[in-house]
Amino acid sequence: MVLNMLIAGFGGQGVLFMGKVAAYTAMIEEKYVSWLPSYGPEMRGGTANCSVCIDDEPIGCPIVLEPETLVVLNAPSYDKFVDAVQPGGKIFIDSSLIEAKCIRTDIDAYYIPCTQMAKDDDLSGLANIIMLGKVLKETGFTTFDILCEAMKKCVPAKKAHLLDANLKALKLGYDYAE
Amino acid sequence: MAIVFQKTKGLTDKETHYCPGCTHGIIHRLVAECLEELGVLGDAIGVAPVGCAVMAYDYFNCDMVEAPHGRAPAVATGIKRARPDNVVFTYQGDGDLAAIGTAETVHSATRGENITIIFVNNAIYGMTGGQMAPTTLPGQVTQTTPYGRDVNYSGYPVRVCEMLSTLSGVAYAERVAVNNVPNIRKAKAAIKKALTAQIEKKGFSIVEVLSGCPTNWGMTPQEALKWIDDKMIPYYPLGVYKDVTEKGVHA
Amino acid sequence: MGEKFLMKGNEALAEAAIRNGCKHFFGYPITPQTEVAAYMAKRMPKIGGTYLQAESEIAAINMVLGCASTGARAMTSSSSPGISLKGEGISYIIGSDLPCLIINVMRGGPGLGGIQPSQADYWQATKAPGHGDGQVLVFAPSSVQEIVNLIGQAFDLAETYRMPAMILADGMLGQMMEPVEFPEVVPTPHEKPWALTGTKGQRKPNIVNSLYLQPQELERTIIERQKRYDIIREKEVQVELQYMDDAEFAVVAYGATARVVKSAVSKARAKGIKVGLIRPITLWPFPEKEIAAAAKQVKAMLTVEMSMGQMVEDVRLAANGACPVGFFGRTGGIVPSPAEVLAEIEKMAGGAK
Repeated sequence: MVLNMLIAGFGGQGVLFMGKVAAYTAMIEEKYVSWLPSYGPEMRGGTANCSVCIDDEPIGCPIVLEPETLVVLNAPSYDKFVDAVQPGGKIFIDSSLIEAKCIRTDIDAYYIPCTQMAKDDDLSGLANIIMLGKVLKETGFTTFDILCEAMKKCVPAKKAHLLDANLKALKLGYDYAE
Repeated sequence: MAIVFQKTKGLTDKETHYCPGCTHGIIHRLVAECLEELGVLGDAIGVAPVGCAVMAYDYFNCDMVEAPHGRAPAVATGIKRARPDNVVFTYQGDGDLAAIGTAETVHSATRGENITIIFVNNAIYGMTGGQMAPTTLPGQVTQTTPYGRDVNYSGYPVRVCEMLSTLSGVAYAERVAVNNVPNIRKAKAAIKKALTAQIEKKGFSIVEVLSGCPTNWGMTPQEALKWIDDKMIPYYPLGVYKDVTEKGVHA
Repeated sequence: MGEKFLMKGNEALAEAAIRNGCKHFFGYPITPQTEVAAYMAKRMPKIGGTYLQAESEIAAINMVLGCASTGARAMTSSSSPGISLKGEGISYIIGSDLPCLIINVMRGGPGLGGIQPSQADYWQATKAPGHGDGQVLVFAPSSVQEIVNLIGQAFDLAETYRMPAMILADGMLGQMMEPVEFPEVVPTPHEKPWALTGTKGQRKPNIVNSLYLQPQELERTIIERQKRYDIIREKEVQVELQYMDDAEFAVVAYGATARVVKSAVSKARAKGIKVGLIRPITLWPFPEKEIAAAAKQVKAMLTVEMSMGQMVEDVRLAANGACPVGFFGRTGGIVPSPAEVLAEIEKMAGGAK
C-alpha cells in the first residue's frame, strides 16, 4: 500500500483537512484512495480522527485500525493509538503538545514541534500542514510538487489568500530536521 | 328548452356513500362548482383524506390521490412543488387535519404552501363510528367520551382557523357552515375566494366548514342542522379570520 | 465517464440523483446522512428544482408520494430512525404503485441507537418496509462509485416496475470520500399515463389510490403486483463474486462490510485458504440462485454483517442445507475488523493453515 495513515487529534486541529490534502495526491496520480473521518459529536471539540488509504489496487477496508503511518496531534491520541502502529511503521508526534516519548523499538518515531513552529513562523493554525510536509519527507508517499498541487485543489477559492501560507507550511515541515 | 339547472361537471356520476342528512354532499358540490366556474377543473388535482371522505377520489371529476391519514397537506405540497400551475386542494376532516395531521397542517400553512384546504369540521370521528374528535365540544357525548368531553381530562377543542390565522404563510382563512341556504351561499363564496387566492399564487388558503353528522350525533338531519346553530357556531364563530389575498404572503 | 472527483458518499449520491433527472428532494436532517440534504439545498435552487426541508420524516415521505404521483422523479433520504417514521408513507407508495427513491444511510439501533455505521435495517428494508404485502427494490452499494452507478439504475427500475427503490447504505459509505466518475446519463423514457397532471378536459380523471374495500379487488391488485415482483426476481438480481471459481469456502457480505471482508479474504488467500466472496448488490431481489449454486460448491459459508444476523437467514434459506452457514457480526455501530473476519474464516476452514 502506498499510504495507510491514521491522523488523530482534537477537533479544530485540521485532522480532516490534512487527510484530504494527502488524499488528493492520489487523485492527481490516478491511484485508488479512501478518506474516512470519524464523525459525530466528537467533531465539535472532542477527539477527531481520519483514515487515509492510497493504493495501486482497489481499497478493501477503508478504516485504518493498524496504521503504517500514525500522526498524533494531541496526547490522548498518542496514548490511544501508539500500540496500534504496525511493526516497521512510523509515528509522527507533535512534540509541542505531546510530552511522551515512544518506547517502542519496532517503529520509527518522529518528533516535530509543529504547533510551536506554526506560532514562530506566523502560520497559526497550520501545524497540521507542517506535519504533513514532514510525513511526506519520511514516507515518500508522493512528490513534493504533487502535494503542493493537491494543496491548491483543496484550498477553496474564497480562501485563496491562505494558499501561500499553506504551501510555506508544507515546505517548513518538509525541510524540518530534528 | 332552456336548461335552468344541471349538475356540475366537477362531480362524477358515482353515487356517494355518505349517510342520509350528512352535509359532505353539499360541500363536495360547492367545491366542484367552484372548480368548474373558475374554469380550472382540468387543472385540478385533489387530495382525499382518511375519514368519511376517503373515497372522495371517486366523486370529484378531476385527478385525485388518496393520502395517508393526516398527510394530505404534505402530499399536496409534493404535488404543488412539482406542478405549481395546477390547482391543488385537499379535502380533510377534523381528525385527519387537526389530530393526526396537525403538524402537516401547521407547517404547510406556515410555509405559505400555495394550496387550498377544505376542512370539514363535524366535531366527531364519523368513519370509525363516532369517537371524540379534536374538535368535539366540551361536554359532547361520543363513543369515547360517554360521560361527555371532560376538558380537564381530555383537553380542549382545537379552533383551527384561529390558530392558523396567526401564521404568516396563511393568505386566507374563513370559517363557514352549511346548515342553511344563506350559510351555504357564503360557504361557496369562501371556497371560491380560497381557490382564487391559490390561482393568483397568494399563499395558503383554508376554508373550515362546520358540518353535520346526524348518524353519529344521534339526531335527525333537521336536529343536526339546528345543533350546528345552537352548539357549534357559538364555540366556532363563523367569519373571515385572515385575508391578505390582496398582497399575498410571499415577499 | 469524465473527470474524477473526490467526494463523500452522501454528496456523490445527491449529485448522481440530480444528474439522473431528480429535481425534487424532500427530507429532514439526521446524522449520518445530513450531507445529502445540505448538498441538495445548495444545488436544487440552481437547477430550478425543489429542496424542501419537511417538518418531519413522515411529511417528507408524503411529499415524495404527492410529487411522484405527478410523474416527477422524487426522492427522500434519511437514516434508520427516520426510515421507521417513513414506513407508513412507503407502504402507501407501494400500494399506490408509485416510483420513487429512498435513501437509508443506516446507523445503529434500535430506538435512537447510535450514529455509527450499521446494517441492522436489513429486515426492515427487505421484509417489511411498511405494513402489508409489498416490497421495495433494495440496492446495497459498497463504494462511493457504486452508489453513483446504482442511483440511476434505482430510478429507472423504480419507474419500470412502478415501485419504490431504496439505496441501503451505511454511515461509513456516506461519510467516506473516494474518487468518483459520473457516467453519462442516457435517459430512459418512461411513459406515465397514470400521472396526475390535470385532465385538461381531455381524458378521464387519473386516480392514485391504495384503498380497495372489496377483499377480492384488493387481493387481485396484490397478486398483480406479485407478478411484477416475480419478473424482478428473475431479471434484476445483481451480485458480485470474487475468488469463487476454485473456492472451497465462501463469505457472504454486502455494503461496507463487504469491503472489510474483501480485505480478510485477500489475507486468507495469501495464507492458502481457498475462500471466495459473494457480495449481493441487490438485497431485494436477493441472489438466491447464486447462493444456492455456491452452497453446492463450497464446504461451508460464513455470513458477515453489521447486525446480530439478518441477511444470514436469507443465505440459509438459499443454501437450503447444502452446506453449513455460519455467522459473524458486530453491531451497535462497530465495524468488524479484517483481523476478526480472518479469524472467523480460519475457524471455518478448520484452523489456521
